[in-house]
Amino acid sequence: MHKLLEDAPGKEMLLLGNEAIARGALEAGVAFATCYPGTPSSEIPEQFFNISRETDLYFEYSTNEKVAMEVGAGAAVSGLRTMVTMKHVGLNVAADPLMTLAYTGVKGGMVLINADDPSLFSSQNEQDNRYYARLSGLAMLEPTNTQEMKDWTVAAFDLSEEVGLPVIVRTTTRLNHIRGAVTLGSMRPRVTKAHFQKNPFHYVCVPAVSRNLHKELLQKYDRLLAKSEKSPLNQITGDGRWGIVTNGVSFDYVMDAVDDLGISDKVKILKMGFSWPLPKELCAGFMKSVDKVLVVEELEPVMENDLRAVAQEQGITVPIVGKGVGGLSRLFEYDPRLVRGAVAACFGLEHKAPAPVDLTDLPPLPGRPPTLCAGCPHRATFYAVKEVYGPDAVNPTDIGCYTLGLLPPLSMGDFVICMGSSVSSACGFSKATDQKVVAFIGDSTFFHSGITGLINAVHNNHKFTLVILDNGTTAMTGHQLHPGVDSTPMGLNLPQVVVEDVVRGCGVKDVHVVKPFNIKKTIESLKASLDYDGISVVISKEFCPLFAKAIGEARKAKPFTVNQDKCKNHRDCITKLACPAMYLEGDLVYINKNLCIGCSVCAQVCPENAIVPLKD
Amino acid sequence: MDIKRCVFVGVGGQGNLLASNLLGQAALDMGIPVVVSEIHGMAQRGGVVESAVLMGGAKSPIVSNGEADVVVSFEPLETLRILFRCNGKTLVITNAQPLPPFTVAVGLGKYPPVDEILDKIRTKVGKVIALYGNDLAEEAGNVLSLNMVMLGALIGSGATPVTEEVMKKTIGHSTKKAFLESNLKAFDLGREVAEKLMPS
Repeated sequence: MHKLLEDAPGKEMLLLGNEAIARGALEAGVAFATCYPGTPSSEIPEQFFNISRETDLYFEYSTNEKVAMEVGAGAAVSGLRTMVTMKHVGLNVAADPLMTLAYTGVKGGMVLINADDPSLFSSQNEQDNRYYARLSGLAMLEPTNTQEMKDWTVAAFDLSEEVGLPVIVRTTTRLNHIRGAVTLGSMRPRVTKAHFQKNPFHYVCVPAVSRNLHKELLQKYDRLLAKSEKSPLNQITGDGRWGIVTNGVSFDYVMDAVDDLGISDKVKILKMGFSWPLPKELCAGFMKSVDKVLVVEELEPVMENDLRAVAQEQGITVPIVGKGVGGLSRLFEYDPRLVRGAVAACFGLEHKAPAPVDLTDLPPLPGRPPTLCAGCPHRATFYAVKEVYGPDAVNPTDIGCYTLGLLPPLSMGDFVICMGSSVSSACGFSKATDQKVVAFIGDSTFFHSGITGLINAVHNNHKFTLVILDNGTTAMTGHQLHPGVDSTPMGLNLPQVVVEDVVRGCGVKDVHVVKPFNIKKTIESLKASLDYDGISVVISKEFCPLFAKAIGEARKAKPFTVNQDKCKNHRDCITKLACPAMYLEGDLVYINKNLCIGCSVCAQVCPENAIVPLKD
Repeated sequence: MDIKRCVFVGVGGQGNLLASNLLGQAALDMGIPVVVSEIHGMAQRGGVVESAVLMGGAKSPIVSNGEADVVVSFEPLETLRILFRCNGKTLVITNAQPLPPFTVAVGLGKYPPVDEILDKIRTKVGKVIALYGNDLAEEAGNVLSLNMVMLGALIGSGATPVTEEVMKKTIGHSTKKAFLESNLKAFDLGREVAEKLMPS
């Protein structure tokens, strides 16, 4: 039995933040879960995926976040308790359904988990999604530790069902990836079937309907506001005259800072757990009871500005400070030392932190950047494209492991802004310049949001080459399913949507399917695409080696070795491929047989044929 | 209870996340307030992996620059790189056997001699325990048990409130039978080195 299914109220477990959220959903009787994976949210659906295989919980990896939100909407409007999870930029994709789902509302509780990524550990930006609560008019809860991630997920389901609106639970990477003690609660039964009650004049959002629905949303918003004013999730502690308002993981840093500085008798802290709608009366009362307010919040000065507005409305003149105090920035995640310093600076305290060691006399340290794995098929494809198209071609790329191709010596990546942008931006590059354009997109990203761009390219007669890096899985986020995956090795029988069929169905005439470890044939196909007058698609098909190993389909090939008698030290293998299985010893190139998977690409690149399979 | 801030660092694949999780579980089993944090993401792609275990009632899940009480590092170059988390009192427990990054392999940087790395670290922090972790793991019969060697050294150093007995029990609960004997042996080999080097 999956550990999160244990029906043992009161038991204490060490859970990952994301596991705590999944557990909270299960305790609340979640029946239906959808997602598109994205760091730092991916371990939530991973739990649901595994649990759905041993229970009647419905779970799917949806094609993208918009689809996940809409699939979830259908279930929640029918009456099922539904969870939809995504990372912060995923909510941009899903914003369209979300904004109007706020109008129709839901019948079964619907909780949207939104994971922000301050410091951009694994994202293209660090936008602050607290604005989405303000934009949509939906409630937002912001837990501060693993216990609250579990408990408040349950609370979010109850709130959602009570008010009839989806509820957003916002986390940040730091919370998703902490492990802490969680005391389990009891499990409510799962209700897995509903009957949809038709009501087109409520659910079909034509203008005449939506005018009424907008009014209803504002009424529901007022009910939410009344609840946030009284919610135990917004907690005031202490009775000093120095006020601190904080949320999320910053609350933890504030509490430690207060301890370290020994000022618990001087401060009063407002933890904003039910942070939207902003509990105005609670905030006003808090501000009136202190001499100064410090707002500690990562990213944008959202609460800081909200509090200023409340103060203005109510004629409160207490100083409100936040960004700029003691290094509190709109950039990146905070840490205990930073927050301690800011609290001390704000209230005029001396504090002594241990001095970090002096690093000025360290030798230059060689970097250890993440790199494409040994035997990664992307490396072979990038090499072949570079050989054919040269360094002047523009290479819009996309979001996945292959984004690492931007690093030298491959240097294959010129423009990325979001999922799917490779294909559509290539349309722009090809019209705006006379440069050759070769775009890269992975298989999962292609299904996520590459298809519409490709149809655009066909219809508007754009001329570029799209290389689809089809490694048979969603590699970057941990090998999740997508529509193109053959799910039989996982013991599933989900119909597989074949990339080539989709490409042809979009109207692309020039389609090549290549095996990237066959460099010569790959180069031939790329040359044909170079000469083609129109949109050309090259599908480069080879398993992600980590995935292949995980499903028991690893290559059976022998590792390769350098025949030192034949090697003339051109070093094309190193300077053009940069495979981490290769290393220099003295002046000579060697191959680490434990890392080499026998892809043979270096052997094909070597001008002396000096790289050969290792003999037993 | 004193707050203990431990930082674990290693290279993707070395198993330092498992080590920090087991330490967290053992602390929980002893009733010690604990929070563990880890950075996921591109660990499998050969990058640096850092995690933190805070015991004794800290609410913050991470350790700021200069504020680690203990650093457990699985790779000497990474020990040098993570020195920014240390202060003059920090205990550094480090594997002395390098895993050179790919950049060195292709001539984009030079790996400093390990003796120089260790000498440099000794001048800056409170105490250094350096051990031949990979050799000890091999001696234990499982080259993948480096994380157990390092965990053993941490427990042997006495720098955390977690006891040998509870730590071994936690390892026992979470290790497949086939690896249990070698894992516990690796743990003991690391523990013995640290016990010898720490004043009792």
